[in-house]
Amino acid sequence: MSKFRNLVSTAALLLAVGLANAQSTAYPGVGRLATPKEVAAWDIDVRPDFKGLPAGSGSVEKGQDLWEAKCAHCHGVFGESNEVFSPLIGGTTVDDIKTGHVASLKRTDFPGRTTLMKVASVSTLWDYINRAMPWTAPKSLSPDEVYAVTAYLLSLANVVPDNFVLSDKNIAEVQQRMPNRNGMTTQHAMWAGKEFNGTGKPDTANVACMKDCVPEAKVASMLPDYARNAHGNLADQNRLVGQQHGANTATPENKTVMASGAAPIPVAVKPAAKVVDPALALLGKHNCTACHAQDRKVVGPSFNEISKKYAGKSDYLVSKIKVGGVGVWGPIPMPAQSAPDGDIKTLANWLAAGAAK
Amino acid sequence: MNLPDGIQSGRIQKAPENFLDHDGIRTVLAESKTGRRGFIRSAFAAAAAGAAAPMAMAQGNPVPTEGGDPNILNLPEHAKGLGQGVASEGSYGKPSQYEVNVQRRQSPGLTQTTQASVSFAPLQSLFGIVTPSGLHFERHHQGWWDIDPSKHRFMINGMVKTPKVFTMDEIMRLPSVSRFHFIECGANTAVEWGNVAVPTVQYTHGMVSCSEFTGVPLITLLEIAGADLKNGKFILAEGGDGSSMTRTIPMSLILSGEVLVAYGQNGEMLRPENGYPLRLIVPGIQGVSWVKYLRRIEVGDMPYAAKDEAVHYMDLMPNGQHRQYTNIQECKSVVTTPSGGQVLLDKGFYNITGLAWSGRGKVKKVDVSVDGGRNWRQARLETPVLSKALTRFNIDWVWNGKPAIIQSRATDETGFVQPTYKHLRAARGTRSIYHNNAIQSWLVQENGEVKNVQVS
Repeated sequence: MSKFRNLVSTAALLLAVGLANAQSTAYPGVGRLATPKEVAAWDIDVRPDFKGLPAGSGSVEKGQDLWEAKCAHCHGVFGESNEVFSPLIGGTTVDDIKTGHVASLKRTDFPGRTTLMKVASVSTLWDYINRAMPWTAPKSLSPDEVYAVTAYLLSLANVVPDNFVLSDKNIAEVQQRMPNRNGMTTQHAMWAGKEFNGTGKPDTANVACMKDCVPEAKVASMLPDYARNAHGNLADQNRLVGQQHGANTATPENKTVMASGAAPIPVAVKPAAKVVDPALALLGKHNCTACHAQDRKVVGPSFNEISKKYAGKSDYLVSKIKVGGVGVWGPIPMPAQSAPDGDIKTLANWLAAGAAK
Repeated sequence: MNLPDGIQSGRIQKAPENFLDHDGIRTVLAESKTGRRGFIRSAFAAAAAGAAAPMAMAQGNPVPTEGGDPNILNLPEHAKGLGQGVASEGSYGKPSQYEVNVQRRQSPGLTQTTQASVSFAPLQSLFGIVTPSGLHFERHHQGWWDIDPSKHRFMINGMVKTPKVFTMDEIMRLPSVSRFHFIECGANTAVEWGNVAVPTVQYTHGMVSCSEFTGVPLITLLEIAGADLKNGKFILAEGGDGSSMTRTIPMSLILSGEVLVAYGQNGEMLRPENGYPLRLIVPGIQGVSWVKYLRRIEVGDMPYAAKDEAVHYMDLMPNGQHRQYTNIQECKSVVTTPSGGQVLLDKGFYNITGLAWSGRGKVKKVDVSVDGGRNWRQARLETPVLSKALTRFNIDWVWNGKPAIIQSRATDETGFVQPTYKHLRAARGTRSIYHNNAIQSWLVQENGEVKNVQVS
């Protein structure tokens, strides 16, 4: 850092005496020196060797409080939730901490992979929590808070004890207890460079055979009939003219062999000008849809459920959105929302009036 | 099969085969010389009368009544009136109203939020190699933004002589290059590793798109900053949005001049969903490395193990190890017409067409099978054929009404041949999620419907 500062001050000095900056360039006038303050504001990445990690510390206990307030509504109280994102915690054992290999990754019957089963580097957790969390307010945690939240996560996986205080001083020791720290390989041909000394040779070697290559093909997998319309009517997902049209999956499949004549030809539907409720735009703008969906429970109840329960109760909904709450729909709290009053009123009215899509 | 009431097909009824005998043909030729064509009219009338009876290779549209197709006989409004003036539908042109079905779509149930999600490009409806910008697939990790370009800054720091800041104005002053490249999400076709999971090519392969990108080679900018190109073996690319997504890129790739800092896409600026005003273009490499809303490049001497290369975008092997820093999109192809969820309208001639691409260079050839991989024919490559870009292929096919399994198999200029599922699963098992470039199979059933299948 001191070397860097010297360079910067030299460059600044050169500029001050009217010379071009220290860097020779074929493109005069393009780009300027980044100030140390600017670099510090943006250079937030933390590498596996902990370069870039700011000093600080945080306890598991403090992390738990932060977690319950800011993280649990998406990730679950114990990092176990599969509602919004893949689970963070689970699937690692005390033995994995010894070996640095997560044994359950070998099991084909193991249901899913948690973050702690995969991640080899503790720096990755610190870096991502710091830059991108919480989901709706990234970069709002202080370094000490990031230490605390990271410590709480690690304690849930028994990587650190419940009374642990994680800091820049001991994080390298914690790295030596990461359950999957030895679980990575760069011995493959899919890195576009020679930096890792990978294999260079692809792992499949098909040949372009042209005649009598395989025995008669048998269908080994296809969608069951009940999934026919699971992605919506496929007739509406194909152009109206062309060599072939979309299959009408809103009706059961006509299994008769094509004789003379042909499939029905869909008609062009004129798109009707739709009047969009302004509330629908606000749902996205204020990230309501991060936790609520129209017709199914995500983290919170669906808009349809809320609308049914509080039909006509616009004022009550205004206060619930503003203040937040817990217990009405389950144990996961709804945080207080800081949207403008007008927007909250629009949303509450929309919900109270039936939450029409 | 009867058409619903009120539907008029514009397609031409094909005459029954051999409805002219040899004498008839001679008469036609003779009459054509004298300009008397009454015979042909009566012959077609006879053929139409016979159309009620079953016949081979008949086509599915109603027999014209009243002496012809009303779409021809009754002049339409657009042939008899005054059309619309210039710039009357707002200042930015839109597709025809009849193209409403050609849209990006989410795959139901794939994600719980729309901000950390995917929309798939409608490959089944596209021509050529360019993906219209509004149909380019989307993948966001924390929602998209429409960023004011006058306030956007791009920084280079790390192992450089002088850390630098650039405005958009400055980047756009530098010598530009424009190149066509595909971008494919590493998780394209991921849901199909174990078995068939989705019905159409939009959902199986729709996380690939191809555009002409315009920008400045990253190497030019690194040289302006005086980057240590020898010891700086890796760079970190970082986005300016909420997730500030980061990815490690090999310096060797940047030295080739291929990696661009781009602002242009298909002749206009990047779309906000695709990173407006600035994104990294890393040809041949999975989409997650093409960092959007690009704000910073750091030059370093070791990889960064960012979240999207240390938790996701790693390939699990059967022995429990993850392949880390896998980023090349290996050679792949897919038939887009006919493809899953479509229905052929008749027996007879079809132009099978699809897309091929390779992260290692140009597509050398594409072979097509209609019998599930037993026999293959080499397809035509439509031009242009460009390195690390989508390549369009097509081949003739006459469907005889029997079940057919259509496949395509691409070979790239390195000689690498696109693998089968058997090859891939033997090498990687079925749980590696990413980089599924297996040969795709579409079953054309006897009823004309096309289904996504995997074959043994």
